[in-house]
Amino acid sequence: MRKIKEYLIEKLLFSSALITIAVTFGIIGVLGFEAIIFFSEVSILEFFTDTQWTPLFADKHFGILPLLTGTLLTSFIAISVALPIGLSIGIYLSEYAPKSFRKTVKPLLELLAAVPTVVYGFFALIVVTPFLQGFIPNLSGFNSLSAGIVMGIMIIPFISSLSEDALHAVPDALREASFGMGATKLQTAFKVVVPAASSGIIVSIILAISRAIGETMIVAIAAGQQPRFTLDPTVPVETITAYIVQVSLGDVQHGSIEYRTIFAAGITLFVVTFLLNTISYRIRKKYQQRYE
Amino acid sequence: MNSIQKNRLKDRLFMYWGMFSTLIGLVLLVVFIGDILIDGLGIIDWSFITNLPSRKAEKAGIYTALMGSIWILFLTAFIAIPVGVAAGVYLEEYSKKNWLSGILEINISNLAGVPSIIYGLLGLEVFVRIMNLGASVLAGSLTLSLLILPIIIVATREAIKAVPKSIQDASYALGASKWQTIWHQILPASGGGILTGVILALSRAVGETAPLIVVGALAYVPFAPDNPMDEFSVLPIQIFNWISRPQHGFIENAAAAIIILLGITFIMNGIAVYFRNKWQKKWK
Repeated sequence: MRKIKEYLIEKLLFSSALITIAVTFGIIGVLGFEAIIFFSEVSILEFFTDTQWTPLFADKHFGILPLLTGTLLTSFIAISVALPIGLSIGIYLSEYAPKSFRKTVKPLLELLAAVPTVVYGFFALIVVTPFLQGFIPNLSGFNSLSAGIVMGIMIIPFISSLSEDALHAVPDALREASFGMGATKLQTAFKVVVPAASSGIIVSIILAISRAIGETMIVAIAAGQQPRFTLDPTVPVETITAYIVQVSLGDVQHGSIEYRTIFAAGITLFVVTFLLNTISYRIRKKYQQRYE
Repeated sequence: MNSIQKNRLKDRLFMYWGMFSTLIGLVLLVVFIGDILIDGLGIIDWSFITNLPSRKAEKAGIYTALMGSIWILFLTAFIAIPVGVAAGVYLEEYSKKNWLSGILEINISNLAGVPSIIYGLLGLEVFVRIMNLGASVLAGSLTLSLLILPIIIVATREAIKAVPKSIQDASYALGASKWQTIWHQILPASGGGILTGVILALSRAVGETAPLIVVGALAYVPFAPDNPMDEFSVLPIQIFNWISRPQHGFIENAAAAIIILLGITFIMNGIAVYFRNKWQKKWK
């Protein structure tokens, strides 16, 4: 009797674990299924080369490039903000700051990542854009610049926390050897500790990029809803995620080509983030082997 | 200035830059919360919380959205906690090191990185269309459950890993079975850690907007849901809707609703940190 119970419980737990596999298959299946039908009506060549995205207009164009450039532009701005600040924080907390300071500040910084993204969208649209318009008079009310900057602030803790963990894991013997040679903390940090922790830092950056690419509400609120093939940060653009939100808010008929565009856009997004996550997972596994 | 002095100066400058970087994030957070408090605090009163949504900014309230968020919170917890903890227990206590456990591990790490809006597309097709649940609280909760599953699984595994092996050995030595050991020893011992992870995951679910928009949650619902099959709205969607309106009064409403949402998020995070600290002390 007890054996049967133990056996059943194990199977029950196992099936819970299998649900995670089902989720992955579900995502790939759903996106793939709708995308295949989409691509039977729209050629893949047009999808990747046309520079207009107008599925909701009478004159339909299905070029993903404007959405992709919108996504990459906002993400690039976000990383340009988050990387220097996040990495500096990581190095400062690991190499310079007293232990008690690090212990208080780290959870506070992580609060930045706990704030719901719709709140950051509000901040970008209502506070940051009007502020920037004081310096850049021709900045449009919706633009990738303020959306990107605010998204950068949001992902600071991803880079600072993970890179601090990596820096902190570097054995003290390396630091002491460097100090013994007369190096300053700064020289030790950049010439010894950062290179030793490089894989962990790279993982943190890749995860931050992946997070920025998939971020939705900030860009949907503050970057606009105009797919535009441009790298100009002052004009409205639309990201892949913002487009999916735009279509979901309207009443698009289920089964129509407009409905399928969100799955075609979704699978593009999924593939990009999947590649980034897989790369970071590989690096992380390799790095674990090196230190443990 | 010789090179030693130069290097010391650089060292000092970087230290100030590091301090500045660390503080700038926190200062921005404070500025930003201060700004929202100034905009929204005047609006919050009892009628703002109990009023239904309205076309007129001064009459509009968050009742339906708040009730929707509470429904989503509890239903998501009800679905995600048992599945997530069970999967975590399986991976930590039962699974052998083979190809399957390798795949499960890569897969969970990947799922944690999938953008939330993709879960929305999955929910739209599977729960709303195929299972025919419509844009209901249940469809929304199922979607968010899948979204937070990886977080709960990882937290459960970490918490179980931290339980000293001696407790397990003692239980086996007394003749307990594997499941008895897990149920009576390991789960209670790792409860604090699991709880921390679960609360953080749920706080994430409460703040999610995009997947619920994709699933079809509405910005305007006239009544609060009273069963899992009802249509619903949630606070973040109400905020998004108010931000998108041009009239100024709605911006203040959005700020006020943000204060309530941030209040909920920060309280949940605070509880999680409290449990984490309490639980860490127990083993040290």
